[in-house]
Amino acid sequence: MVAPVRAKAPFDPESPARLHPDVALRDESFGALAYHFQNRRLVFLKSRALVELVVDLEHHECARAAVAAHVGIDEVDAYVAALGRLYDAEVIDGR
Amino acid sequence: MGADRSLRDRFEHGLAAPICLTWELTWACNLACVHCLSSSGRRDPDELTTSEARTLIDEFAALKVFYVNVGGGEPTIRADFFELLEYAVDRKVGVKFSTNGTRITRTRAQRLASMDYVDVQVSLDGATRVVNDAVRGAGSYDAALLAMSELSDAGFGRFKISVVMTRENVGQLDHLEALAERFGAQLRLTRLRPSGRGVDSYESLRPTAAQNRALYDWLLAHPDTLTGDSFFHLSAFGEALEGLNLCGAGRVVCLVDPIGDVYACPFVIHEEFRAGNVRSSGFRNVWQNSELFRSLREPGNAGACASCGSYDACRGGCMAAKFFTGLEMSDPDPECVFGHGEAALAAKKLTLRPTSSPDHSRKVPVAISAR
Repeated sequence: MVAPVRAKAPFDPESPARLHPDVALRDESFGALAYHFQNRRLVFLKSRALVELVVDLEHHECARAAVAAHVGIDEVDAYVAALGRLYDAEVIDGR
Repeated sequence: MGADRSLRDRFEHGLAAPICLTWELTWACNLACVHCLSSSGRRDPDELTTSEARTLIDEFAALKVFYVNVGGGEPTIRADFFELLEYAVDRKVGVKFSTNGTRITRTRAQRLASMDYVDVQVSLDGATRVVNDAVRGAGSYDAALLAMSELSDAGFGRFKISVVMTRENVGQLDHLEALAERFGAQLRLTRLRPSGRGVDSYESLRPTAAQNRALYDWLLAHPDTLTGDSFFHLSAFGEALEGLNLCGAGRVVCLVDPIGDVYACPFVIHEEFRAGNVRSSGFRNVWQNSELFRSLREPGNAGACASCGSYDACRGGCMAAKFFTGLEMSDPDPECVFGHGEAALAAKKLTLRPTSSPDHSRKVPVAISAR
């Protein structure tokens, strides 16, 4: 079954986020594999830090706050950008 | 993803569980395709029982194997096929299964359409009856197209049409694409290997060098076409094709056969590539600890390809294609785009080629039976 195409809001790091409910994670030595059971895509999370951040998103009031709690100040932009890519791939979504 | 080398390097060391696990449920088949990689035909009395199959699915679920590629033989011939399908998807182990379509009736198509986490691949090896039936047998084209109609009418959605590329059908790529569009399906192309009964048909059916070039160009122009990463040997032409561009055998790929034997990939069904059996030691143990899989996860030896500037693109090609044409693992792929494989083959003409171990081919000609 194909879901109707809906225009998706762009990623907003100031909004609350979470691991997408249709996504399962499997730990791997390099980080984790994410599998989306609806769109059937595999996505690779390429570091442990990113995996821990993604799993912890739901405990923070917004994505940027989660990033700030997980990485140093000089890495915030890179991790916010990484979350943006995971949002586009539907590994994470808003809540 | 094609350009992501750091990830590929990590994949070479293997994963906690396979990404691409093929499970052949049965050797029973009502067709007798000339390139059948598992030499299927007759059922084996020692096939996993329903209860053993369920135990294996439990293990897949525990390992977070997100989906399995189910094949055969013709998997729908097993009387417990739908029972196992439902058992798997209930445990969030998705199933992509391959079928020749002969048993996809309207009722079964509707049942499949109602299930989540199920993908169907209908095998078709030509856009025309003549080209397809020469490989898959008389009546198989009509049966596959009927199944495609039923799936489409039942509202299954985007099923796959799975085509093994041969000398006879590379010229039909646009026609195949149009056929897939007609049914709202997605085209999936895979490489012909000299495995199973393909040992005998490979020489006459494999695409020519010029056809491989045409296929490569077509794939670059149609990046959404599914290939199961099977044409990575063609990435040596230049730009990398979609996918990991890596031999995944024992690293991200493996095969479980109908009696529970585990092999490094679906195309190397031979004692030399058998890692163990799920009955005696469980799947997890075989995947994580078998000596064979551990050795396949060691850094590769570029061998004769070491001095080639394109080694990084094709990594020496397909292990199964080398093995069953009598080449060494350190030799180039027999279809090396620079012709080095042809030279290696010519030099080995007199050596004995291995054949796939279990052969369940039927001894009499096959006619397509009623559903």
